[in-house]
Amino acid sequence: MDHDAGPVVRPYAMTGGRVVPSGTGIDLVAFVVSTMPDAGSGPHMHPEHHAIVAASWEPISVVELAAKLDLSAGVVRVLLGDLRSAGLISLYEPPAATQPHDVDVLKAVVDGLRAL
Amino acid sequence: MASERSDRIPVALKILIAGGFGAGKTTMVGSVSEIRPLQTEEVLTGVDGADDTDGVEEKRTTTVTMDFGRITITDDLQLYLFGTPGQDRFWYLWDELSHGALGAVVLADTRRLADCFPSIDYFEQRGTPFVVAVNCFDTDKRFTTDAVARALDLDPGVPVVLFDAREPVAARNVLIELVEYVARRQLTTAGR
Repeated sequence: MDHDAGPVVRPYAMTGGRVVPSGTGIDLVAFVVSTMPDAGSGPHMHPEHHAIVAASWEPISVVELAAKLDLSAGVVRVLLGDLRSAGLISLYEPPAATQPHDVDVLKAVVDGLRAL
Repeated sequence: MASERSDRIPVALKILIAGGFGAGKTTMVGSVSEIRPLQTEEVLTGVDGADDTDGVEEKRTTTVTMDFGRITITDDLQLYLFGTPGQDRFWYLWDELSHGALGAVVLADTRRLADCFPSIDYFEQRGTPFVVAVNCFDTDKRFTTDAVARALDLDPGVPVVLFDAREPVAARNVLIELVEYVARRQLTTAGR
């Protein structure tokens, strides 16, 4: 494979050209957990949908999922939107995205960093 | 086995590592991350390149690579470090990255101090707390933190630290400096 030539399949082909996931936005550090061990065989299931369901049996962040499956973050989010609509995954958005950071949490971070 | 999986969802906090090209963003992410630094690509469409002045031709799609790393603080708390894509025209990607971010580290290279001006402007405008970390590649041309703060025209209180991005302990101390600064700001705001 000639990696310099870029992907053989255009990256958004597997999302049917969609660049925005259905439903609400998905943060890069949101956590994904699949609701069942495999995605089953739906009419709109791509191999990548199956790969995501399999890889998110244990909670995994969106960005790590993208890196693990070697997909772009944008593509993963579109596919996650599909899986969320199908009820195959749960998404947990980081609370920090909507509220100020709790000082106790910040203290825990500093203590944790010092202990490294 | 299905019954054995962890049902704990950690809280993830984002810290951005910004600065000019070659300032040490990837190095810093790598030196503090507990996982091998990973990359993800973001495929951007509709980049018109209209504000480019360097002769780069227009593109319909562009792929940018983001470096990221992770530090587990506790079972329930994780820090994610994101190296911001370096070129100005990808800044709208930063908007998403900075949404809900704890804060940012702006890496400065004293040989090219002006390279970090855009990062500083960006975080000042967004109200994202940041510290300036001067990556000292060599010890010959040490600047004082005061001189750097003056040269960058920083608001009073914005921490400036000198460090070596290759040193895990030094890089970790920069993160501690940032989080303590965020906590101080939080307390000041809450006390108003």
